[in-house]
Amino acid sequence: MTFADHLIIAPIIIPLFAGGLMLLLDGRRREAIAAISILSTLALLAVAITLLVSSMTQDPAQAVRVYLLGNWPASFGIVLVADRLAALMLVLTATLGCAALLFALASWHRAGSYFHPLFQFLLMGLNGAFLTGDLFNLFVFFEVLLAASYGLALHGSGRARVSASLHYIVINLVASTLFLIGVSLIYGTAGTLNMAALGERIPVLDPSERRLFEIGAAILGVAFLVKAAAWPLGFWLPTLYAAASAPVAALFAVMTKVGCYVILRLGSITAEAAGGASIFFAEGWLFAIGVATICFAAIGMLASQDMGRLAGYSVLISSGTMLAAIGFGGAPMTSAALYYLVSSSLTVAAFFLLVELVERGRTPADDVLAVTLEVYGAEEEEDEEEEEEVGVPIPAIIAVLGVAFIACALLLSGLPPLSGFIAKFAILSSLLGQHWLAGGGTVSPQGWVLLFVILVSGITTVVSVTRAGIRTFWTFERELPHVRRVELGAVALLLFLCVALTVQAGPVMRFMQVTAKGLELGRPYIGAVQAQPRITPMQPEQKP
Amino acid sequence: MELVISMTIGVLAGSGLWLLLRPRTFQVIIGLSLLSYAVNLFIFGMGRLRVGVPPVLDPSVPTNLALYADPLPQALVLTAIVISFAMTALFLVVVLAARGLSGSDHVDSVERGS
Repeated sequence: MTFADHLIIAPIIIPLFAGGLMLLLDGRRREAIAAISILSTLALLAVAITLLVSSMTQDPAQAVRVYLLGNWPASFGIVLVADRLAALMLVLTATLGCAALLFALASWHRAGSYFHPLFQFLLMGLNGAFLTGDLFNLFVFFEVLLAASYGLALHGSGRARVSASLHYIVINLVASTLFLIGVSLIYGTAGTLNMAALGERIPVLDPSERRLFEIGAAILGVAFLVKAAAWPLGFWLPTLYAAASAPVAALFAVMTKVGCYVILRLGSITAEAAGGASIFFAEGWLFAIGVATICFAAIGMLASQDMGRLAGYSVLISSGTMLAAIGFGGAPMTSAALYYLVSSSLTVAAFFLLVELVERGRTPADDVLAVTLEVYGAEEEEDEEEEEEVGVPIPAIIAVLGVAFIACALLLSGLPPLSGFIAKFAILSSLLGQHWLAGGGTVSPQGWVLLFVILVSGITTVVSVTRAGIRTFWTFERELPHVRRVELGAVALLLFLCVALTVQAGPVMRFMQVTAKGLELGRPYIGAVQAQPRITPMQPEQKP
Repeated sequence: MELVISMTIGVLAGSGLWLLLRPRTFQVIIGLSLLSYAVNLFIFGMGRLRVGVPPVLDPSVPTNLALYADPLPQALVLTAIVISFAMTALFLVVVLAARGLSGSDHVDSVERGS
């Protein structure tokens, strides 16, 4: 057991200890707390990147690393598993964590107490959910991340936040009970909660038990869909994300992806047993839910008047696209979906941060006024003539924000040249390529639906984001937002990563393809977990 | 015994769901608590109902797993109880905050018809 093997548990241990340490410190020592927070998040990023690099080796024994907590064999004890997908999600979480923390350090972390400890616990819950190898621990880590997210959603207080959080908490508590019902049904029928052991157990289940098992899996799936904010279960999301403070909302952008991740993970492990179909839902349901989510979000986006809600609906679009792509199935589609996942999470996080910066100079009344002006356009023109001067310069800060906003709009809607375009192009090309370009067959009706919906959602995104941008940037009387360099730095970091994703699209796409292939098999994961040997102690104990 | 347990779970879950859909936050809290009791009993039941058998290995009992109750669901229930208890407490605080900020105990913080 080398040091590198112990690294798997670091993404859980580091934030746990950092958060605990902060709670022990006096809340007034802000610098010390902030320093611990920065160190811990940077350490997380370093560990996540190390895990990612080590998971990229060709050697299959190294690609899936298994860590036996308590040194019991995998089907009895608790395991942590780090494979490519988990490592990828860890890196994504840590990156968003760094950007959100950077942004929060400028001012937001002073808006209420315990921002930093809650932030660390949220990171711990997210990392744990990505690493865990059994269903009940998944539940525990979900609760850890949810409990922290309740606190963070309330950060800054105020009526809108409390009211939105109230709904959020109730819905997630109900989802947790569904989760427990699903888990216990699965345990009652299959007799294990270890994901790898489940993959082996499902094919040998008795047909009568099998039916009950599938009901359990479906109930579990509903709980994940609540997390992923899929269509009939996601109405809480736009309100909550719009109300939450910007750095928190940026980190929440990865939270909906946890649901997608788990569906992908469990789907891959059980795919062989279930004959290629998802264990959660009957054929086509996941796809239909994803498409419905995209449609709902696209309409919501057109209807939303303030930018926070706009950003919230863009989260829904990204989550719906993920679900539809996963539901569509096939390794090329999964690899495109993974690329989309990374790109869209970074984009949405950047957009949340940017929206907060842009909105700083505005009052809520401005939005209402802008709409009123649009409807009764007459007054506006008169105003313009009076005030317009030749050569009024755009203030530098507005110019910078404007450029960032355009980048976000391009990324969100999937227009060239940035990574949003590549992600959508990859999805569409795998959609068409699977049936059309390669084999000369026809594209399935599902494929046409997805194609149409993705393109339409892109158009509605362009329309609504542009409209919001025009309303915000091309107005005359407005106070300039007071923006600190650090905050711009956080946005720039996220956008820079999107550009890097675009430039390095080839290698990144190849990585995703290998990841998707690994997921399609499922067998290596199960094999690695089941075969992980126990560590024999250095000095065997003497039996009395 | 199976009938009694299943009826208990059914009644608890049914009342919990009904209360959950009521407009007052207090009713929602009670509903969530009832629902979590129902779920805890359900998890317990999934380990198969046994009477008078130990879950922990006992030297005086022959080493045959059929003579033991399944300890795992009991451990799961303990975890679930602790978590749902903590979440209820947290939710109660948020409810109080919402009541203080909006002056209403409606779940939407807005009274209908006012």
